Amino acid sequence: MRFVDEYRDADKARALSGRIAALCEPGRHYKFMEVCGGHTHTIYKHGIEDHLPEAVELVHGPGCPVCVIPMGRVDDAIAIAHEPDVILTSFGDMLRVPGGTGSFLDAKAEGADIRMVYSPLDALKIARENPDRRVVFMAIGFETTAPSTAVTVLRAAAEGIANFSVFCNHVTIIPAIKAILDSPDLRLDGFLGPGHVSTVIGCRPYEFIAERYGRPLVCAGFEPLDLLQSVAMLLQQLTDGRCEVENQYTRVVPWEGNTRALEAIATTMELRPHFEWRGLGFISHSALRLRDEYAAHDAEKVFALPGIRVADPKACQCGEVLKGVIKPWECKVFGTACTPETPIGTCMVSSEGACAAYYNYGRFTRDRVREATHA
Amino acid sequence: MTTEQQVLDRIARARRRAPKVREERITLAHGAGGKATQTLVDDVFVTAFANPALEALGDGAVVALGTGGPRLVMTTDSFVVSPVFFPGGDIGDLAVNGTVNDLAVSGARPSHLSAAFVLEEGFPVADLRRIATSMGEAAARAGVAIVTGDTKVVQRGKGDGCYITTAGVGVLDRPGTFGPGAVRPGDAILVSGPIGEHGVTIMLARGELDLAADLGSDTAPLNGPVAALLDAVPDGVRVMRDATRGGVATVLNEIARAAGLTITVDEPAVPVQPPVAGACELLGIDPLYVACEGRFVAVVSATAAETALTALRSHPLSADATQIGRVTEDPSALVLLNTTFGGTRIVDVLVGDPLPRIC
Repeated sequence: MRFVDEYRDADKARALSGRIAALCEPGRHYKFMEVCGGHTHTIYKHGIEDHLPEAVELVHGPGCPVCVIPMGRVDDAIAIAHEPDVILTSFGDMLRVPGGTGSFLDAKAEGADIRMVYSPLDALKIARENPDRRVVFMAIGFETTAPSTAVTVLRAAAEGIANFSVFCNHVTIIPAIKAILDSPDLRLDGFLGPGHVSTVIGCRPYEFIAERYGRPLVCAGFEPLDLLQSVAMLLQQLTDGRCEVENQYTRVVPWEGNTRALEAIATTMELRPHFEWRGLGFISHSALRLRDEYAAHDAEKVFALPGIRVADPKACQCGEVLKGVIKPWECKVFGTACTPETPIGTCMVSSEGACAAYYNYGRFTRDRVREATHA
Repeated sequence: MTTEQQVLDRIARARRRAPKVREERITLAHGAGGKATQTLVDDVFVTAFANPALEALGDGAVVALGTGGPRLVMTTDSFVVSPVFFPGGDIGDLAVNGTVNDLAVSGARPSHLSAAFVLEEGFPVADLRRIATSMGEAAARAGVAIVTGDTKVVQRGKGDGCYITTAGVGVLDRPGTFGPGAVRPGDAILVSGPIGEHGVTIMLARGELDLAADLGSDTAPLNGPVAALLDAVPDGVRVMRDATRGGVATVLNEIARAAGLTITVDEPAVPVQPPVAGACELLGIDPLYVACEGRFVAVVSATAAETALTALRSHPLSADATQIGRVTEDPSALVLLNTTFGGTRIVDVLVGDPLPRIC
């Protein structure tokens, strides 16, 4: 496949792998956090850790948009779905996320009309085709998906599609990274920056990470060679004694971001004073809501939401996993009470979640693989 | 201090325990062919029906009619595909081929089928005629006869146009039994052709994706290719499975777990047509989990592998057969993938349908 296979070349991977090993200072251990869930997925899907020396450890960060949605918001969405004449729409990986009283799939089995869409514009199309129904789009994601929600709201307003609203759960990446940097129990040597988010916000917003917190960040692409090259760039900075924001994903990420996308977000949305993140608790100015001008399309204003607050289950250590303090298998319930079939924490639900990725793909040691593959 | 290995052992023990259905209602995941389906079948049906022929949980059940009588394989399958007509086939030939294939990969010669229809009030007779014609043609192509059937009509809104259930029998006149129990370390894993074409065709035909590709379903009867394989290496074939719901990944996991051995697959060797690879890449779906309706996986002894491939390639419906992996001694009963990128990962069974990722 053109423009894909080039970035998955095993020979180039081996060359980069050699360079990474050479850059590691003997006796030193490096801990890098990949912020984005898409990176976690790539790392496991392609077996990238097999190309890294033992000295380099990748810590999976909070950038899985599904994983950070608190259970109460899922319950609120299900309450909307059970209202008369409602069609609730969302992305596929929301369907299995457990709220306090079950998931979208369970609510669907109880009779709610919940449909999977690939784009918020598809939800708008459903609204156009079903004028006697109230169509709600459960919007989730970081700055990556917020522009498409914003554009959809603008179009709904322009076309006067009154039966369409958005249940806005968009979050912003910078406050989450800051919360991790401020956490006292954390030791990270650098960050692999979220490439898709950066296509929208650019690289400049990360500069405080290098300047104030003294940690290098390399904005990384999503193909396996992108990630290896980004790890090498981080190590090169550490070797040179530099601490900067660098852009590995130049073929997609402009340094200044996408100004039109940012405008669409700014036109339709504003920061919430605070928002609850699963596992991380309340973080100030970390999420977006629709502006008052678009109240007619704001599900939080159109519907009386129960505003359910559900405490994270006590045994669940999603927070520590999201902050990279513990590895997924170190969680008390990992693999026993909490599995992909019966997830307790959201890290186990989406294939991008650190726990699900580890459970599905990484559940063996490197030595074990060598034995099995070369037996 | 708990070590990683202790945690992994705990997971392995938990996975061996008899599964329980925890949901209060059936969800779509229960029909996707993954872990949720397996749990439902084990906990609800196997418990209630308990008998040795069922408990083997093969694609078809081997039953003997009286002592010394002929051994038969019996199977049944329901078809609820939407849309009912799609590039490369329709619900009719799918229903015939699906049952023929379950019999064929059990080692039987498919002979007789039944067909039961649940029709929704308002369904066009012209469409039904078209489906029936295609079933007749598929039966003729596979050399089987549809000898009995049933028709029910449900009220408008109580069904999705047309559901078909077929059942079939075939004679198992080859000696021995095929099954995961016969699998040995060193055996070769073969697939009979490129994977994932049916599943991707259906996803595109639903029109929800605004994607188009020059692609048709792979629906086809497998009794020809299976006979070619068994004639060429009668003692070399350990087990065969058609890779329908859940795809090749799910079939390999079933074999690995039942055999208590690990299967290693080489990603570059897995045949995937470019349109399938492209659609899967866009959707974030792994083609190993996408359904085929005319492909099967065969585990054959290492010494038989070359002859087996030559025999398969001599049949037009398995002309692109190839080896994708091998069985290894490791008792952890995993399926491992050596990635094109030079890494290794586990290929597990999915819980439900593969869900597209958002970013």
